Amino acid sequence: MILKTKLFGHVYEFKSVCEVMAKANEEKSGDKLAGIAAETAEERVAAKVVLSHLTLNDLRNNPAVPYEEDEVTRVIQDDINETIFNEYKNMTVAEFREWLLSEKTTPDMIRHASRGLTSECVAGVCKLMSNLDLIYAAKKIRVEAHCNTTIGKDGTFSSRLQPNHTTDDPKGIVASVMEGLSLGCGDAVIGINPVDDSVESVARLLKMLNEFKNKWEVPTQCSVLAHITTQVEAAEKFGAPLDMVFQSIAGSQKGNEAFGVTVQMIQDGRDMVLSKGTSTGPNVNYFETGQGSELSSEAHNGWDQVTMEARCYGLARHFNPFLVNTVVGFIGPEYLYDSKQVTRAGLEDHFMGKLTGISMGCDACYTNHMKADQNDIENLATLLVAAGCNYVMGVPQGDDCMLMYQCTGFHEAAGLREIFGLRPIKEFDAWMEKMGFSENGKLTPKAGDASVFLAK
Amino acid sequence: MDEKDLRTIIEQVLSEMNVGGAAAPAVEAACAKACEASNIEDGCIPDITEVDIRTQYLVENPEHGEEYAELKFNAPCRLGIGKAGARYKTLPQLEFRAAHSAAQDAVFNDVDEDFVKSQNLFIVQTQCDCKDTYLTRPDLGRKLSPEAVATIKEKCKKNPTVQIYVSDGLSSASVAANIPDLLPAILQGLQNYKIDVGTPFFVKYGRVGVMDEISEVTGADVTCTLIGERPGLITAESMSAYIAYKATVGMPEARRTVVSNIHKAGTIPAEAGAHIADIIKIMLEKKASGTDLKL
Repeated sequence: MILKTKLFGHVYEFKSVCEVMAKANEEKSGDKLAGIAAETAEERVAAKVVLSHLTLNDLRNNPAVPYEEDEVTRVIQDDINETIFNEYKNMTVAEFREWLLSEKTTPDMIRHASRGLTSECVAGVCKLMSNLDLIYAAKKIRVEAHCNTTIGKDGTFSSRLQPNHTTDDPKGIVASVMEGLSLGCGDAVIGINPVDDSVESVARLLKMLNEFKNKWEVPTQCSVLAHITTQVEAAEKFGAPLDMVFQSIAGSQKGNEAFGVTVQMIQDGRDMVLSKGTSTGPNVNYFETGQGSELSSEAHNGWDQVTMEARCYGLARHFNPFLVNTVVGFIGPEYLYDSKQVTRAGLEDHFMGKLTGISMGCDACYTNHMKADQNDIENLATLLVAAGCNYVMGVPQGDDCMLMYQCTGFHEAAGLREIFGLRPIKEFDAWMEKMGFSENGKLTPKAGDASVFLAK
Repeated sequence: MDEKDLRTIIEQVLSEMNVGGAAAPAVEAACAKACEASNIEDGCIPDITEVDIRTQYLVENPEHGEEYAELKFNAPCRLGIGKAGARYKTLPQLEFRAAHSAAQDAVFNDVDEDFVKSQNLFIVQTQCDCKDTYLTRPDLGRKLSPEAVATIKEKCKKNPTVQIYVSDGLSSASVAANIPDLLPAILQGLQNYKIDVGTPFFVKYGRVGVMDEISEVTGADVTCTLIGERPGLITAESMSAYIAYKATVGMPEARRTVVSNIHKAGTIPAEAGAHIADIIKIMLEKKASGTDLKL
């Protein structure tokens, strides 16, 4: 392992793999805030050169947090298939990048290799990829998962219907659900971020969504994004229907402690839904992540936000989830400064999730103190669909009145499907046609008329 | 473009079309029409930001429109907006852009210093040198500059019972919109309770946490900051009050009591002011704040 190189005759020497990984990142305000970013553009490239010569074995041997100290590291390392790892461990990161991009490397070969990759390996190769590389490589990888329906099939593109409301008002939520469905949103999941995350309230919302879904025979799955233990309690105490169980996760044990969650809690939630939940399965977990969350809870252990994010996916993989999405622009400009950084992060996260082997979506979004606007987020959504992303979000016109941020709207999934010739999940597509909202994958004039659901 | 330019262009086009000299009347007619079209009329296009999105309903020929209009009134969301193909209609697209423009201006523009002075507030600054630093270095927005410390020590009453100050936070618009009613309402409320108040001032590029240092510098029992919230698209003018009893640098966040959502469509500033004065009174009686204080 050599940690030294020359650029334009100037010597760059790095102290550790940690420093190389941080400095090899594309520019992010979060890495600067952490004080670990490359100090000059040339130093960034020098770090990439050094990284390109490291082997996958070097990266596996330098986890972001030591095995003994961190349960996320233990999950990731213990899940590795050693036979497969041995096939790839002597490849340099440069060679591995070219292997991923090679015309000889098939999607199946990448899915096979995934089982031998730790999150540091996944993050390492990501840092040597340009934006188009990230799209090109991710496009080769498809990850399917099944809850009530199957997401991720070739030729499909899905969306989460996110009918959030400032006071969890049931009528207001239903109005959003109706309009979203009428525009083809919600085949991935109908998922509410609750304001009131008490057990009673979460149970009430879960029942309400389930009743609507059953009444109109919508082939999809529902979720209320409260803490995992709250969802489980809602099911156990109040008989709330759980198709899947949601949790925000971080890439270190300390980061998860800030979310009040442990690996055991996630396992218990999963077991509970598999034994008493309402869905077919076997994929019953939903995770949300986002670059920078470890730094914000001082749980990054001196590592960069791309590597810490990759570790979220390594943890998620353990539970074979139905959905994982990065909430890429939610955290604010101190982590992702502007649309350029959000775009890069969105493409990185999507690629890393898929390379890890999970069903990956993206909440392409921004807050109002970030230098980004709706055009930027439409651009990112378009790039993500080009990269074969499983799903994005859908909120009324992209404006989430409860979380006070903007993301993709109901109209984005439909528009992107038409542009790229994609369809919703098969059963949902058929339901859309039955309801008269679409015909051969295109919205009809009736689409967008939510009042159809108010027939007496 | 004036009439002469238009005439030249139209003549040129017609000659390129081989219409020839006989076309003079055609030139006259085309020119008259073009000039008529660019006449500027009197009148004003209605303000799209005054549209109430709860009552706006743009779906063409809905099956049960009345029922849905009634249902969607329960959601402060951009619903019932119809579509153009699989895209948005023009009006809601422009309404969204208008709301976002207000949010951006609230975040990225500085508070007008003349306005601050008109409220009898002097100005100090955190360690952020500009808006960009403020947005990317929250740690510096939680620390006063050395000049600020000196100015506060020089100009402020020492060891007041209550120290109030205003800060831009993430919305300069919220300062202009709320302070003229909010600050006097708090001061009046405290005066009614005969509670001693220090010298108010304004902190530029402030994060909530800078109140801890201000509490230590002034020696106040209770410190209260009135600070702009991160704008959403529903309003860019929302303000919060963070109040703490004997705040110290490094204390847990849970020791702050928060009154949020202060704006003309939320808790109106005058009402919020009275509420804040009440909270401060209780805080002084119980000598506690945040989760330690049951209100």
